[in-house]
Amino acid sequence: MIEFHLDARSGVSPYQQIVRQVRHALRLGLLHEGDQLPTVKEVVERLAINPNTVLKAYKELEHSGLAAPRPGIGTFVTATLSDSSLAAQGPLRQELLRWLAKARRAGLDEESIEALFQDSFRSSAEEAIA
Amino acid sequence: MTVAIETADLTKRYGRRAALAECTLSIPTGRIVGLVGPNGAGKTTLLHLAVGLLEPSAGSIEVLGHRPAEGPEQLARVGFVAQNTPIYTGMSVADHLRFGSWTNPNWDEALASGRIELLGLDPKQKTGSLSGGQRAQLALTLAIAKRPELLILDEPVASLDPLARREFLQALMAVVVDHGVSVVLSSHLVADLERVCDYLVVLVASRVAVAGDIDELLATHHRLSARRRDGLRLPSDWGVIEQSDTDRQSTMIVRHEEPILDPAWTVEQLDLEDLVLAYMSRARGDQNAPTPVGVRS
Repeated sequence: MIEFHLDARSGVSPYQQIVRQVRHALRLGLLHEGDQLPTVKEVVERLAINPNTVLKAYKELEHSGLAAPRPGIGTFVTATLSDSSLAAQGPLRQELLRWLAKARRAGLDEESIEALFQDSFRSSAEEAIA
Repeated sequence: MTVAIETADLTKRYGRRAALAECTLSIPTGRIVGLVGPNGAGKTTLLHLAVGLLEPSAGSIEVLGHRPAEGPEQLARVGFVAQNTPIYTGMSVADHLRFGSWTNPNWDEALASGRIELLGLDPKQKTGSLSGGQRAQLALTLAIAKRPELLILDEPVASLDPLARREFLQALMAVVVDHGVSVVLSSHLVADLERVCDYLVVLVASRVAVAGDIDELLATHHRLSARRRDGLRLPSDWGVIEQSDTDRQSTMIVRHEEPILDPAWTVEQLDLEDLVLAYMSRARGDQNAPTPVGVRS
């Protein structure tokens, strides 16, 4: 079971944050097909948010084929986003950690690291399109 | 769809002063409604009219399709927690539950004692020694154990510290999931209600400044900015809520049903607090404004 959290200052609507957190957990292999998502009551009791916000998020997950309701029980994960890429994640993470250590040794602070990453990410995406 | 609260030109006067003026609203059931406005805007007056503690001076109000407090049945359908969560300080927690069971035909004893246990309250404790958060939770327990269809809470979190505030709203949301009750709650701070509400009514200076589904309000309000120049004109169907100009830039908040694609404008999304503040300052600036946007007339 995963737990949701909300960032009030993110500018992302609460329902979108829940959708993203589920997708994120699916990508990282924290959630698998067949896992139950927290019930609406569990989520609203923890986050003090409107139940419709949770229902809207779960509806969107259903719509994208990632979850399905089982009446009277709850909402369950029906697909995965990690598939074969999950195996590659371990080594990639190691490489990234080594790279981060190198960047820090070179004197980059967190903001510069993030900016550099975002920038490279964008140029690589542009190259992929071109 | 049934209507939780329907008012038409609802007015309450004290002498010459109108505490609430020509308030027209149609609030659907199944919603959690935030009633927001500065102190003295008429929030408590509107809520007291809804539960029948006050009689209108003019106009009409119906709650769940009936006149407020028209009989025992109507009283049983609406739960009300007044400001400062009044309790009888000399009575114990258990006394309060007993009192609730005597005075309410649909009293749910299992629900009431279950919640008291969940809250970790000692039934023998005198309520005068409860913390603010515990009092609020007791008042919510009493209001929900009568199994109302509509729960009306006047400033339920105003006097609570941030933790008690969060705990109260958590409990309230759980109640909504369990019992499917409609809720109207007031606060002078929109930030208190932003996460829990899906419908908003803003009262300013005794009048409704704006009302509607929150997602809809957010989707139809835009902050626009552009380099200031002569001849910069807005289409007539854009409702301008707020406008400010410097010598170089024009900034405004407009209401428009469609996304704004005109490249002359930089368009930004508004958050709920900005939206409410824009309506508040507009209402304060022009109290004789014509029919406010978003109010069904």
